[in-house]
Amino acid sequence: MAELDTSGGGKHKGGKIRSKKASTRIDLTAMVDLAFLLITFFIMTTTLAKPKAMDMFMPDKTKKGVQLPVPETRTMTLWLGANDKIEWYIGAPGKSRPTIDNFGKDGIRKTLVEQNKKIEETHQGPDNYMIVLVKPSDKSTYKDFVNIIDEINIAGIKSYGVVDITAPEVAQLKKDGNY
Amino acid sequence: MARIKVPRKSTAMDMTAMCDVAFLLLTFFILTAKLRQEDPLHVDVPASTTVIPVPDDNVATLSVGKGKIFFGIEGTDIREALLDEMGKKYNIAFTPTEKKRFAVIPTFGVPIAQLQQYIALDEEKRKTYPQAGIPVDTTENNELTNWIYEARIVTRNLKNQELRFAIKGDAREEYPAYKKVVDVLQKQAINKFSLITSLKTQ
Repeated sequence: MAELDTSGGGKHKGGKIRSKKASTRIDLTAMVDLAFLLITFFIMTTTLAKPKAMDMFMPDKTKKGVQLPVPETRTMTLWLGANDKIEWYIGAPGKSRPTIDNFGKDGIRKTLVEQNKKIEETHQGPDNYMIVLVKPSDKSTYKDFVNIIDEINIAGIKSYGVVDITAPEVAQLKKDGNY
Repeated sequence: MARIKVPRKSTAMDMTAMCDVAFLLLTFFILTAKLRQEDPLHVDVPASTTVIPVPDDNVATLSVGKGKIFFGIEGTDIREALLDEMGKKYNIAFTPTEKKRFAVIPTFGVPIAQLQQYIALDEEKRKTYPQAGIPVDTTENNELTNWIYEARIVTRNLKNQELRFAIKGDAREEYPAYKKVVDVLQKQAINKFSLITSLKTQ
């Protein structure tokens, strides 16, 4: 492997004594080894998948009395219960039985898109978008919360808010076995 | 019969090109590398479809997991100034050595009363130190509130920028733990913050 060229160093009978001509080739194997070792080290220590940041905007609590009246028919209320369960209804509370739903492509995502479309069709513009109120219960996990905000973003819901859950709502969740 | 002699080829190859490639890659990785920092609190972040990366500088991270809250902030100069301010607030005289040592701790979760003790430990012992998390109670003046408040002031003074906040919550953590942190932020009229998530496909 080592390519130190030693040819050309034969005995010279008489004549001039020539200096040896050293080869310029060096064995690079060790150098390559070292380089790959370092590459491996840097690959292992770098964080390639950078964490992503989901922006959240919460309503300003200090400003009161600037709320616009919103028709109940455009409001969808979502409760986050235990075991990744969701209950939702549209309109005023207590009028219709909440529907139990779960996360996933055929679950809440479909519901959000369908209901949004329905509301847009049945209401007059320009303000005919659906407003979603997310009410996470104490038994819901942070993952559920991030998931629902993500689903809302995917469905392209223009307006949503995060509200504290109330006692009667918790009671309903309990009755349905989702608390 | 005469045997055909297979000519023996030399096993040496020209390594120059390989060496070039290897060093090119090496240079790339060195330049893009940001060393992975070990989190004292192991947090399993939930996934979302968001694709915006977390900003690198000028951001404070609030880790929530196992019922504890850890506080982390980027920048050694900011950390040093922050400790100074917190010391003034809680009447703890931190020595210059302690400030220097604190400046290299990216994330911590000890009550301020134990902070001196924690700083005095060497790096290996810090990993095993039982960090209780930063205390948050219902009072207006709890420790997390003060850390956040002072961090904002220090950032504004040093960098002339508003400090951003990112919440790094554990996926299995119950919602109230997250709510507690948001309440602290909202009390200071911080209504915009980021939730750190990993990437998932739709």
